[in-house]
Amino acid sequence: MENLTFDLAKSSLRELNQLLHKDAKDGKLGKVTVLNPDGAHNIAVGLDCPVEVEVQGHAGYYVGGMNKIATITVMGSAGTGVGENMMSGKVHVKGFASNGAGASAHGGLLVIDGDAGLRCGISLKGGDIVVGGSVGSFSAFMAQAGRMVICGDAGDALGDSLYEAVLYVRGNIKTLGSDAQIEPMSQADLDTVADLLAQAGLKHDPKGFKRIASKRELYHWNVDANQEY
Amino acid sequence: MESKPAQTKHISREESAGYDSKTLDYIRNAAAHGLYEIRGMGAKRKVANFDDLVFLGASLSRYALEGYREKCNTKTILGTRFAKKPIELDIPITIAGMSFGSLSANVKESLGRAASEMGTSTTTGDGGMTQEERQSSKTLVYQCLPSRYGFNPDDVRRADAIEVVIGQGAKPGGGGMLLGQKVSPRVAKMRTLPEGIDQRSACRHPDWTGPDDLAIKIQELRELTDWEKPIYVKVGATRTFNDVKLAVHAGADVVVVDGMQGGTAATQTCFIEHIGIPTLGAVRQAVDALEDLDMKGKVQLIVSGGIRTGPDVAKALAMGADAVAIGQGVLVALGCNSDSYIQNGVHHSAMEGYAALGTAPGFCHHCHTGKCPVGITTQDPVLEQYLNPEVGAMRLRNYLKTLNMELTTIARACGKQNVHHLEREDLVALTVEAAAMAHLPLAGTNWIPGSNGD
Repeated sequence: MENLTFDLAKSSLRELNQLLHKDAKDGKLGKVTVLNPDGAHNIAVGLDCPVEVEVQGHAGYYVGGMNKIATITVMGSAGTGVGENMMSGKVHVKGFASNGAGASAHGGLLVIDGDAGLRCGISLKGGDIVVGGSVGSFSAFMAQAGRMVICGDAGDALGDSLYEAVLYVRGNIKTLGSDAQIEPMSQADLDTVADLLAQAGLKHDPKGFKRIASKRELYHWNVDANQEY
Repeated sequence: MESKPAQTKHISREESAGYDSKTLDYIRNAAAHGLYEIRGMGAKRKVANFDDLVFLGASLSRYALEGYREKCNTKTILGTRFAKKPIELDIPITIAGMSFGSLSANVKESLGRAASEMGTSTTTGDGGMTQEERQSSKTLVYQCLPSRYGFNPDDVRRADAIEVVIGQGAKPGGGGMLLGQKVSPRVAKMRTLPEGIDQRSACRHPDWTGPDDLAIKIQELRELTDWEKPIYVKVGATRTFNDVKLAVHAGADVVVVDGMQGGTAATQTCFIEHIGIPTLGAVRQAVDALEDLDMKGKVQLIVSGGIRTGPDVAKALAMGADAVAIGQGVLVALGCNSDSYIQNGVHHSAMEGYAALGTAPGFCHHCHTGKCPVGITTQDPVLEQYLNPEVGAMRLRNYLKTLNMELTTIARACGKQNVHHLEREDLVALTVEAAAMAHLPLAGTNWIPGSNGD
């Protein structure tokens, strides 16, 4: 197993991903450091082995998309859809993340040290997301399962049409979306937040977080709900 | 003897065109429930369609081929633009995307078996890929939908092609819907949803908006599959000329255009009947777009929505499609809207089931209830047994065979050794509407409405 440096200024994205799909999967690679990402889209998508990828700079759309098992760290910021549909493993963004971070993630852990844009955790299906900063509007829209820890503030319509995902917010929530409500924190919630913060390397008191979950009033057609859905 | 005068009181039966019985029913339903009607199947209203076109067979000006002797090729290749492994089909008739959830596992198995025997493809649906479907279907197209239910990279890698679904002909601009009766434990688990909820899917993809984003999304799917698999983009027919161009711009290998006659397992009736354009107009616009971009033959076109018969297939191909996809016709072949279902070779009446739904064979559009009287659009453990996968596969194979025989019969009559050689020049229209939509001459004239400023 060897460590490798891959320069995107000299070689193509296709070669990088091919390497990560083939050589890394064959167990030949331990850590791959990607130089000069320069905002390239689709870096390290579809990984399926315990390789470690470190992107030295900013990444474009879908970095770490559909990840399984691998650990991907972006030393800069990430574009739209970072870690989208992740199944397992970890994606860590040291900077900021754009829209749709962790969209539809089925598993794994997405950590964003800075802020995340609109629709963070949209359609979440079991993955965990920890955001060190704030999230934009419509975050956790239709989130089905999984957990989100937001250390800063949340924008408009947080958790709109939530299913069974649970959100924890430390800062202010501008507005809650349809069918989302603030609920009391239980000991299990405090433990969950403490655990996720520890995994993300963040130090906050879990007692400072609010729990947001679904009222479950939109699970079935409701004639009296009018334009709520 | 005194005789009574004859009864002369006249009962007026003058029906209002605006307030006909259908409209009265609609208003009464709305008033009773405060909720729009939801149903399955496609548009029921009459629209210009392929029946309004006829072929100009060979005569003195064209040579015909012997219908029973000379070969007529039906091989169809999809995804030649970028994919390393294009899809090769024996016939240009594919099975449209229909989910496990809307259909039972038995039905999905029937589709896979019949398609594999006939050398064509099946397509997943909003709800992920089942093991049974992957095993029974030799060529399987895996849909990437806004909901992303059950979407996972292993299935992307196991698929033969990926179809990014933007919309559906029955409901362009709307998301999927699966009512609680059909969200069984297995369906719920596959979709990561609580059992029995009324599932209403998202209508927009969670991680991209607009055609420029779509180009990057398609690149992601290509990178993930190491550029091996064709990427289809499916659009519901609306602004088809522009949408097809944008799909091509975004990097699609294949564009699927689904017209308003296309079916659904459940959506609002107002969507089914009032949003989207007929397939006939859409196929014309799609071909125009490909020709405008000089992409005809480079990006393949699949047309769906109201393709029912061999002549429909032939006409779609002559209009410029490379293949068609069939949903409702396939279900009818399996027994949808039939008055009976078959168990151990014996027909059993399904009339009670229809009556319980307040409908009758030939009129049923109650797929959304999950109480399909013939066991097709159901997750009910008893009802789903009404369709035996082997019987279903046999019936569907017969249906596909018939369509293909009709297709080649028509192609030979037009002097073509290959069904893909059918061309617009072989067609004329029977109605002014069809002529205008398809941009074909009215039969017996050289008048194409709308051309040359006419």
